Amino acid sequence: MAKTELDFKGMSCPMPIMKTAMAFKKAASGDIVEVVCDDPGFEPDIRAWCNETGNVLDSIEKKDKDIVATIIKK
Amino acid sequence: MGNSEATEKINEIKEAGGEGLSAKLKELEDRVAKIEEKDGNLTLILMSGEFDKAMAAFIIANGALAMGKEVTIFVTFWGLDVIKKPAFSTAGRKFLEKMVLWMRPKGPDKIPTSKMNFAGIGPKLFRYMMGKKNVEKLGSLIEMAQEFGLKIIACQMSMDVMGLRKEDMIDGIEVGGVAVMLNKSYKSNSTLFI
Repeated sequence: MAKTELDFKGMSCPMPIMKTAMAFKKAASGDIVEVVCDDPGFEPDIRAWCNETGNVLDSIEKKDKDIVATIIKK
Repeated sequence: MGNSEATEKINEIKEAGGEGLSAKLKELEDRVAKIEEKDGNLTLILMSGEFDKAMAAFIIANGALAMGKEVTIFVTFWGLDVIKKPAFSTAGRKFLEKMVLWMRPKGPDKIPTSKMNFAGIGPKLFRYMMGKKNVEKLGSLIEMAQEFGLKIIACQMSMDVMGLRKEDMIDGIEVGGVAVMLNKSYKSNSTLFI
C-alpha cells in the first residue's frame, strides 16, 4: 500500500478535485492519498467526491488555513 | 378431474410458471442494466457563448469527470464561439458567413461576459480577478476535460448556418445533430441547458 502526499494549496475549484481524481487514477486499491489544500470549499467538496466515488475519507482535519484529507482508494 | 389429468395440469402450470419467471427475470435484468448504464452520466447543452456561462459549463463537466462519470457537451449556436480556434481562415465562405465569422469572437479568451461586459472591459476585469484567485483559465478547463474523456459534440446545423467547419473548431470534437444529443441525454441521469 503506497502513500502519496499531494499539495494543492493555492488552487481553487474545481482544480483540487480534478487533481485528486488524477492521482486516484494512478493509485491502486488500498493506497492512501493525503491531500493538503487551503481552499475553504475543499472540505465539503472532497466529502462529496468520496461519497460519489466510493473512496474512503479516512480523516479530515483543519490545520490553521489548511485542510488535510486522508483518503483510501476503494 | 382424474389424478393423471391433475398432474398434467400442474406440470403445465409449473412449466409455464418457470418459463414466465425466467422471461420476467430477463426483462427485469435488462431494465436494471438500462438504469445502471446511466449511472450519473451527464449531458450539457451549451447554447451560450458567454465567458461566465461557459465557465459554469466546463467546471460542472470537470467535476463530473472527476467523479468518474461520462460527460458530453453538445455545443450549439452561440456556444460555438467557445470552442473555436483563436484564429482560422474564412476563405471559401459566402459573404454573409464571412460577416458573421468576422463579427463573432473566437475562442475562450475572446468571448464576452453575460453581465458587466462594458464593451469588452468586463471580461478582462473578470479574467484578471480570477487569475488573482488562481481560478483555472477556461481554455485549460476545456483541455483538461478533454483529457479526462469529455465528449464535445458541435451542432452541425448551427455550424452550417454560420459557415463554420470542423477544422475551425478545437481538436478532438465531434459533429452531430439533435438525435445524437438526445441519445446522450436519454443515457444520462441529468441534462443541463446552459
